[in-house]
Formats: sequence, structure tokens, C-alpha cells
Amino acid sequence: MTDVTKLKSAFPDVVVNVEEYRGDVTVILKQEAFLPVCTFLRDDPDYSFRFLADVTAVDYKDKTPRFVVVYHLLSHEHNQRLRLKVPLDDMNPEIETVVNIWPTANWHERETYDLMGVKFLNHPDLRRILLPYHWDCHPLRKDYPLEGKGEE
Amino acid sequence: MGLETCLGDKYGDGVIVTSMEKAINWARKSSLWPCTFGLACCALEMIDVALSPYDLSRFGMEVFRPSPRQADLMIVAGTVTKKMLPAVLRIYAQMTEPKWVLAMGACASTGGIFRSYAVVQGIDQYLPVDMYLPGCPPRPEALIDAIIKLHEKIMREKPLHSSGSIQSGSCKI
Amino acid sequence: MAQPEIKLGEERRGGDTETMEINMGPQHPSTHGVFRAVVELDGETVVKVVPHLGYLHRGIEKIAENRTYHQIIPLTDRLDYMAGASNNLGYCLAVEKLLGIEAPPRAQFIRVIITELSRISSHLFWAGATAHDLGAMTPFFYMVREREQILFFLEMITGARLTPSFFRIGGVAMDLPPEFHDECMKFIKAFPPRVDEYEALLTENVIWKSRTKGVGYLSAEDCIALGISGPMARAAGINWDLRKNQPYSSYDKFDFKAAIYNGCDAYDRYRVRMMEMRQSNEIVRQALEGLPEGDYSVTMKGALKPPAGEVYKAIEAPRGELGFYIISDGTVQPFRMKIRAPTFVNLQSLAKMSEGRLFSDMVASLASVDLVLAEVDR
Repeated sequence: MTDVTKLKSAFPDVVVNVEEYRGDVTVILKQEAFLPVCTFLRDDPDYSFRFLADVTAVDYKDKTPRFVVVYHLLSHEHNQRLRLKVPLDDMNPEIETVVNIWPTANWHERETYDLMGVKFLNHPDLRRILLPYHWDCHPLRKDYPLEGKGEE
Repeated sequence: MGLETCLGDKYGDGVIVTSMEKAINWARKSSLWPCTFGLACCALEMIDVALSPYDLSRFGMEVFRPSPRQADLMIVAGTVTKKMLPAVLRIYAQMTEPKWVLAMGACASTGGIFRSYAVVQGIDQYLPVDMYLPGCPPRPEALIDAIIKLHEKIMREKPLHSSGSIQSGSCKI
Repeated sequence: MAQPEIKLGEERRGGDTETMEINMGPQHPSTHGVFRAVVELDGETVVKVVPHLGYLHRGIEKIAENRTYHQIIPLTDRLDYMAGASNNLGYCLAVEKLLGIEAPPRAQFIRVIITELSRISSHLFWAGATAHDLGAMTPFFYMVREREQILFFLEMITGARLTPSFFRIGGVAMDLPPEFHDECMKFIKAFPPRVDEYEALLTENVIWKSRTKGVGYLSAEDCIALGISGPMARAAGINWDLRKNQPYSSYDKFDFKAAIYNGCDAYDRYRVRMMEMRQSNEIVRQALEGLPEGDYSVTMKGALKPPAGEVYKAIEAPRGELGFYIISDGTVQPFRMKIRAPTFVNLQSLAKMSEGRLFSDMVASLASVDLVLAEVDR
């Protein structure tokens, strides 16, 4: 299991909480200064999470914060995984991109923007990726019906 | 050896009497060329059908054409999404008359298990489907059977009477 | 190994030629599905590739939020129809992790047998189709011969050829049929010489080598930066196979080697997959021989309601790391299910592999990703 003591002591103001469930460690970060944490996690030899497995977002509908962006990290060197969660407190969710840290985030973030409507600031190419370009909806949001609103 | 040997003795000069419609239908059903056009899981079974284990060429149906201009059977093999639909319709429009559509599998027929915002709930909303083939995905033998049934259907068509033609179905583009 | 240089394009680009755009897909025979790429060409050299996806986006994640946990199983094997069992396995393991249960040993071995057979069939089809794309038609006919046999086995066990939906949460649907053991043993004995046959057709074939060697170059650093996993990463010398590094479903009980090569190109991706077929065959043999007695499923009573919580479980699918991120809110349906599809991520490397190279090599690069568009688009 990933030991996050060093991370907590390095960024006491940014790490809001650390949770553990079934062996998965989740670190909840503040949106304002989470980019330095990501760089630290990638470059620090004790972590070296150089592999970003996945980026996604969750819509909690009635709760605040409504949207939470989730990153799944993997370290080949230490054979460890870590989950980062960044709650977004806005109704028009926006967050800084991590493309400059992990280039693989490019398509993941486009997909999250496409399906969940989370905007990634400073993303090099933030277009829809899966749905038709002219659609104006974000289907994975909880208030969107399963069978759609009649988009063609 | 072929047709001529059995006709030669009986009919002298080799004249056969049949109706024009039957002759046309016979020619059409015997050279049904499918369009190389796969969408999802069903496409794999469609490929299998053309390969050695099932060998569609036993029935003379194996001439898959990459160009829709040269094809007259469209096998809609797989889920049609709303994003893919314009391309499907364009391929159908590019095919020359007469042409037939076979909806292969549950998705092409009804949307299948994917009742969601992105999936067309049955290609028959947009194209005149001649044959529905159930299954998810259907077995290769089932596809062969569907094409044979389509042959039988073509033999019943009335190409000289436009009102009786299956091809009067219009394509919504 | 340094990236081999191709001068042709570089020399031509300096001139005053105009570039041309070519549209490939969404219905193109060499894209292995409904994938579209708009390619900007300078003569024969690729200047820019803009991929367009989503032509098979079926909204599986949204549908999953509206289904019970058991009802999601048939959705998952339609994700990657080349090796449906892998997806069933990944999903079932994720839910089992959420529940904190484990399948009985016999079920784990049966799962391994089915998953590895699917892996072989997937790699066989890939190798055949790729050889076909690059102009070698014969290998395809040899490979579908064995693939058909595997599909016959899958049908014997599960009742379906491509989409088994055979695994259940906490085990498998039923025991192996009695005649399976002997039939499968015959196949396992016959298979390695068959792989030798394929290799005789391709591995030292001059045309095959010239079409794949040095093509689709991706260094280990690029692979990690782009999140690439599976055979593509192992062909770049990254010693990472989740079956070895983070064993699941009893994989630690089998003796096999992860296939690692260092060429970073399409040729070595082919060799990795060939090697993996031999290893998978070996795993199936060991699993059949050591198949433990006992139950094939745990018994669970009542509706399946995992406790509130969230897990991420990844397995080594034939194409790379397949992950399921499931959030439960304590009801019968998942609150959110995210699928980390390996080919979606691996496909991102297409531009990097093809830009500056010849257009005809793009077909080889694209094929070496081993695309399954249903998984890319979900």
C-alpha cells in the first residue's frame, strides 16, 4: 500500500484528506494548488508515479461539491497505485490540465470534457472526442436521461 | 458438363422458356455482392463467414466489395451509433440499384442491449431492411442462412412491376 | 536502439510542394473498425494525423449506471469482442474487490483457462489481420484455423463464441464440461508447432520485416509518458505485465515469462504477441493439469448490494491495462463505472508513430496498436 506520509508533510495545505478502502489509497487535494503535487508525485524518487492510468470525473448531483475529478496513478518502479481526487466547487466546473505533466492525459481530459462537461484550462486541444462535434450535452451527468434528449 | 449437356438433347437448340422476371431475379440473386462494411462485434462473425472454416464462396456470395458502387447487398453488421449513421446512409446511397439491406444482429435490428443516448434503435428507421438476422452476435451459419433466405426473397420480387418492387422503400437522407 | 531515419520525407518537405489531405475511414478496411483519421500528406510523407473517434460510442458507462451489478456482465464483453472473457474477468474482479470476496480456487483456474484461450484467439486474429493488411494473405487462413478451434472450445464451455458472459461475481456460471479436458489437451499439444508454422511464414520473411522493422517507433519513455501498456509497452522493453507484477486470479501459481523485446517497433510488437501465445498456451496447460477440486462459485444470498465505497481494479487484457473504476453507493446499481480501456490510450500514440514517416507505414503502425474500436469508444 502506498505510504503518503511524505506527501502529507510536503504539502500540508493541499492534502485535504487521505482515505483507504480495500487497499486503494485516495488522496483528496485542494483544487488551487494541486499541480505542484502532481509534479512532486511524478518526480520524487519515493513515489515516481510516472504512469497516469486514467482520468475521469464523477457527478454527485445534489451534493456539494458536485463534480470531483479523479486521477489514477501507477508507479512501475515501486509497483504501487494511488488515486487523486480533486473536488470542484463550481457549477461550471473548471480545472487546470495535467497534460504538461503526463502527456497521456490529453485524450482522457477530452473524454471527461465530452461526457461530463468539466473544462480543462490550458488544454492544448479541448474538443469533443467521442460524441459528434455539434452536440450540446454531457451525457454522463446525472441529470441527463439515459436515452438522451433527442440529439441527432 | 454444365447446363448445356442437359439441355442439348431435350431442347435441340438450347432454348429455355421462362418469364423475364424470373430470369432477372435469377441473375440478381446469383450475383449478390456484399459491401465490405463492418461496425462492431457482428463484423467479426461476418469476416469468419468469408474465411475457410465457413467459406461463403460455397454459395457464391463471397465477393465482398470495398467500393459501395460495386456492391448490391449491405450487411449492417453491428451497432449503428448516431455519429456513424450519416456514413452508413451515405454508403447506402452510393450503392447502385437494385440493392438490399440485411440487418445483422440485435443492434442493427433494434439497438439491442444498448438502449442509450448514442445508439440508433434499429437501422430500419432509416433504411429499407429486407432481412433481419437475430443473435448477439449471430453465428456464421446463421448469416449464410439469412443470405440464402434473401435469395429466396429476391426470387419472389416483381422487378417489371415497379409498384411490387421491394426497392420502392425510400431512404431517409 | 536508435530510431532509424528516413530521409525521403525530410528532403521533400524543404521544397515548395503543397500538402494534401486524405480522409481514412470511418469505414476503411485497414482501420480494423470504424475509426477515422484525417491525414495531411506531403507527397508520401505524413505531416499530420488527426484521429476522430466515437463512431462506436454506445454509452456503456451510462447504461451501466442503470443496471444491476449482474446485468452489467453482458455489457462488458461487448467492449472488447476479440477477447470478451478478459473484460468479464476485469469487471468481476472489480466487483469482488468492492465486496471483499474472492472466487473459489477452482473458479479462478477456470477463469484463467478461458481468459488465456481468448488471449490466444485475439492475438491470432490480430496477427492474421495485420499480415493481411501488409500484403501477406496466407497467414490469415492458417491462423483462423486455430482461432476457430478456440472459439469451438469457448462455445463448448460458455455457449457463445465471441461474447461468453460466463463469469459471475464470485465465480463462474457452471463447471467445465467433462469432455473439455481431453479435447483441450489435444489442442495444447498441437498448438506450439502451429505457432512455428506462423513464424515460418512471417518472422524471417523479408517483406514482412521490411514492412514492420523500425516502423511505428515508440521508445520506453514515450510509452510511459503516453500511458501505453500491454504488448506495445513490452515491445519497448518495459518489463510490466500485471499478471506478473500485480497477480490476480491465481496467476502467481503459474510458471510463465512475460514477453519482453527491445525493438520499440511494429516488428517486436508482433514478436511479443507470438511469444505471448506460446506462454498462454503453457498457462492453460498448467491450469488444466492443476485444476483444483471444489466449488466453482461462492453462494450469495439476496440482491447484490456492495457496501458504499470505490475501487479500481486493473488486469492485463490482451491489449494492455484494462481497469474498472467502480463507485458504489450501497444500492443494487453502481453509482459510477469508468472503464480504463487500453486501446483508447494506446491509440493516442498514432500521431507520434506516423508523423514524418511514410503513409504506407501508417497502416502498419495503426495495426500494431491492435485496435478494437468498441473498446476505444465504449
